[in-house]
Amino acid sequence: MSLFSFIRKPHPAKTAQTAKDRLQILLAHERSSGAAEADYLPMLQRDIVAAIRKHVPIGEQDVEVRIERGDQMSSLEINIELPATVPSKAG
Amino acid sequence: MTTEPKTTAPLGRVIVITSGKGGVGKTTSAAAISAGLAKQGFKTVVIDFDVGLRNLDMIMGCERRVVFDFINVIQGDAKLKQALIKDKRLDTLSILPTSQTRDKDALTKEGVEQILTELKAEFDYIVCDSPAGIERGAQMAMYFADEAVVVTNPEVSSVRDSDRVLGLLSSQTRRAETEGAEPIKAQVLLTRYDQERVDKGEMMTIEDVLEILAVPLLGVIPESKAVLKASNVGTPVVLDEPSAASRAYEDAVSRLTGTQVEMRIVGERRPGLFQRLFGRAS
Repeated sequence: MSLFSFIRKPHPAKTAQTAKDRLQILLAHERSSGAAEADYLPMLQRDIVAAIRKHVPIGEQDVEVRIERGDQMSSLEINIELPATVPSKAG
Repeated sequence: MTTEPKTTAPLGRVIVITSGKGGVGKTTSAAAISAGLAKQGFKTVVIDFDVGLRNLDMIMGCERRVVFDFINVIQGDAKLKQALIKDKRLDTLSILPTSQTRDKDALTKEGVEQILTELKAEFDYIVCDSPAGIERGAQMAMYFADEAVVVTNPEVSSVRDSDRVLGLLSSQTRRAETEGAEPIKAQVLLTRYDQERVDKGEMMTIEDVLEILAVPLLGVIPESKAVLKASNVGTPVVLDEPSAASRAYEDAVSRLTGTQVEMRIVGERRPGLFQRLFGRAS
């Protein structure tokens, strides 16, 4: 480090801390849920599609599942694209 | 960096990033190369073939967004479109993560072929990040490849394993098994190269490695602190701050797309105070 190095480096590199934080969040999820987590999402999706199909004709492709894992909470976002013409009366 | 809209059919080229030996920089290279291709405007997808030891998602920085994976798609539990994760930095880049819970036996040749066929219809480049070793995962990653990038360190065990992998590429792949098919275009990507140690005679030279492996050179990536920094934050090297490594990857990517780029070997040399004060006019 030279005397003037602070001029060119306004932000100190703290990427090691970022690495540790990312790992802690990820591993907390992996350790707690283990193998179970990987399998419940496809089943959940199937159930959602089945439930909606009772009322509206939708395809497998019309459901989009997104997840964002956080350290305090995780969010599950489910988008369902409905057909342009929804039948006014079901069944 | 130009992003031109693509109106023609996608190239649908499958590139495997492989090495045999572990820890030489396959995933780092797969991330950098796929991001580099996407940055040049090519629709690119990168697939993690290391079933059970998912790591590409961390290097790409999308580990919190994995819903479905490669194996879910092979087994019919999810559609391909649902498993692809769109990169938040480049809209031309997608990631197909692997399963963290299954094992490599879940990879079937038919399943892999079907997914690759589907991806070819939409993407210009399909980058397959191979696991280490030469077992099922590695075999499946290379089987359908059109091109191979063999990641090699200038070190005896890595060069030996690369030689072994080159042998498999020319015998255990679809192109090798199909009569009349052009063989896989294999190129070496020399990583963790340290010019200073080469100069001291402590490390094999580029020529030494190429003489032994006898395949063309795609690029030379210098040992660089930027690589660990980028992986810490989940950013492919070429999308992070410019460094000797990112420039070397960008050059390699250009060569991959058929552009002639002069081979420049740059070390990670810290500029002196004089250079820093008066600019680097070299």
